[in-house]
Amino acid sequence: MKLHELKPGQKAVVRHLNMDHLPMKMIEMGCFPGSEVELVLKAPLGDPYYLRIDGMPLCIRKDMAMQVDVEPLTFGIHGN
Amino acid sequence: MEIKIALVGNPNVGKSSVFNTLTGLNQKVGNYPGITVDRKTGMAKISESLKATVIDLPGIYSLQPASRDEEVVLETLFDPKNTYYPDVVVVVAEVENLKRNLLLFTQVRDLGFPTVLAINMIDRLEKKGITVDRDILSEKFHTEVVLISTRTGEGLPDLKAAIARYGEANTKPLLDLTTVDAEYFQSKDYKTWLIRLRGIDAEEVASAEDRLSEGDIKRLQQKETVRRYQLIAEVLKAGYTKDPAAAKGWQARVDRMLTHRIGGYLIFFAVMLLVFQAIFSWSVIPMDWIDGQFARLSAWLSATLPEGKLTELLAEGVVPGVGGVVIFIPQIAILFMFIALLEESGYMSRVVFLMDKIMRPFGLSGKSVVPLISGVACAIPAIMSARNIENARERLITMMVTPFATCSARIPVYVIIISLVIPEHTLFGFVGLQGLVMTLMYFLGFLAALMGAWLLKKVVRASGKSYLLIEMPPYRRPQVRNVVHTMIEKTRAFVEGAGKIILSLSILLWFLGSHGPSDTFGRAEEMLSAQNLSEAEFADELAGYKLRHSYIGMLGSAIEPVFRPLGYDWKISIAVLTSFAAREVFVGNLATLYNIGSHGEEATRIVERMAQERRPDGSPLFDLATGISLLLFYAFAMQCISTVAIMRKETNSWKWTLIQMFSMTGLAYISAMIAYNLLK
Repeated sequence: MKLHELKPGQKAVVRHLNMDHLPMKMIEMGCFPGSEVELVLKAPLGDPYYLRIDGMPLCIRKDMAMQVDVEPLTFGIHGN
Repeated sequence: MEIKIALVGNPNVGKSSVFNTLTGLNQKVGNYPGITVDRKTGMAKISESLKATVIDLPGIYSLQPASRDEEVVLETLFDPKNTYYPDVVVVVAEVENLKRNLLLFTQVRDLGFPTVLAINMIDRLEKKGITVDRDILSEKFHTEVVLISTRTGEGLPDLKAAIARYGEANTKPLLDLTTVDAEYFQSKDYKTWLIRLRGIDAEEVASAEDRLSEGDIKRLQQKETVRRYQLIAEVLKAGYTKDPAAAKGWQARVDRMLTHRIGGYLIFFAVMLLVFQAIFSWSVIPMDWIDGQFARLSAWLSATLPEGKLTELLAEGVVPGVGGVVIFIPQIAILFMFIALLEESGYMSRVVFLMDKIMRPFGLSGKSVVPLISGVACAIPAIMSARNIENARERLITMMVTPFATCSARIPVYVIIISLVIPEHTLFGFVGLQGLVMTLMYFLGFLAALMGAWLLKKVVRASGKSYLLIEMPPYRRPQVRNVVHTMIEKTRAFVEGAGKIILSLSILLWFLGSHGPSDTFGRAEEMLSAQNLSEAEFADELAGYKLRHSYIGMLGSAIEPVFRPLGYDWKISIAVLTSFAAREVFVGNLATLYNIGSHGEEATRIVERMAQERRPDGSPLFDLATGISLLLFYAFAMQCISTVAIMRKETNSWKWTLIQMFSMTGLAYISAMIAYNLLK
């Protein structure tokens, strides 16, 4: 599953980053395989995404979130 | 003894507060003001026997070179011959995002500097459900760690004591680089590795050269950073706990409200409207007061001092000119107060988040909003704040259009022109027409910026991928001291910068205005005495004749044809021309021009003087057509030497600097001409 597919409130563990399409700063901000990520909310127009990486706030664009593989931990507030 | 201390830290950790606390008001801003975009220095007393120069470096997340901000930090930390090369580095962190903050700490520490880790905001520990064990962190990092709160003042003596012990600091690297790549790092230290990554100084790189490909370098960089995070996680596991339940609460609710798909934008526009209205209405009383004081001073000087050239210079040149700058202090101060509040509270980041998607079709990013909003204060720090836009094209376009934002230097011109040509009507019983026109001018500035960006997007080549990666800092109550600091610092920079220009210009204008060629100017009395005039008429005619035949009058007549299509007489033309140095001198210069020869008998206020100006046919000079024409000209024209200089510096390109200058001024000329001819 990709990071952009998470629902608001849903948590996941980062599995892989496609670093060919992501800046080094992703890792510097603490997002790398093994980090826990939560999608806090999406901006009104569906982009960018407001995340928490190990509890630390980070905001990235949707096309960047699409380059991150994650494994969901919870279902999120609109979960099924 | 005196040492140098460098302050390093992520953005939003309160580094500037630490700097302010250590140095008090005893600080110097580098070349240009800006929210620590360049170096700031100040003096601090560390102990009875130890004084220090404190250097505040830009907030960055990592030493790995990515933008101009990291470059400024690296320049300072790399070269022992650099004026600011520190004896000790204080890394400022904060309790909530400590893990992220510590990445930079381990990097600085591994450069081999005696380092002190100052963990700020400990007053928030309890509320956030966080515990920090100072002793464990200190022991595991082999570093002096102090817990401080710039808000309550707690721990600051500890910080000074820790700095004073810098001689005893352990400087052995924390991360064993051979665990990243045993072979490659066998004989390389962290500094050599950073030089390799930086790759700008040919000589240094040559000594660090190797056969690694770009891909290898990137892979090592990633691995190194992850290793640092692992090291940090190990230490934090022993010395740091965070209760995840306590972290949320009202902050999350505020976030949902401020970024709501309708409410979020409404709140944003309401905030902007409040700012613009406040600038206009809160400043009326102090501005009137200042204006009156300067008029009185001028009159008093000419009445009291002995008649002569020097008195004229003071009363007609210097005082009105300086008054034209000082009068805008209230507005500048209010504006910078709001900018500081938006930044400090954390709201600015939410605006970036809200606006990113909207800005992208124009070739801009959400981050462009910050320069565009702070451009409302001053384009110089605003252009510098575009540094943290990673994408080269987005950054260039942002810098190109930022000067369209209605900067504070335009306020003087707008205020005076609006009060001259727009009637004091009230619409619907509560919207002042003058205030409305002012608000429209701000919107016009933003509109021009967006249109300009959209055009540039078609012209500027795309460069690499565009990213947006920002932190969302927690909401914080702004610290009064920081806001006041920013206000004083920026206002002082404005007055000093503009003051110098206006002082010299007003002296020059006065001189050129009260001297002229002897065959016309020198024989003024003679020429006029032929006509049969009463004494009063004679004095008036004489003053007018002299000004027309002075050097400035000659220069004005020479350039008047250029500006005539826009509806300007020669005096306005002179004021517009001199405004190319800095727009805010417009009012001061007009004041000087209209004061020359008036001998300051009456303490007339600038607006009243301008309203009295007549065209040869007797109609008021400042009518609606000329007024709107001036407003449009000042809205679009690039009239600021400092902005041109900073553009050249930041873009490193004369091409873009000149394109900006000519296209803005061209647009100004054409739109002012069209408006004048339509309204005439």
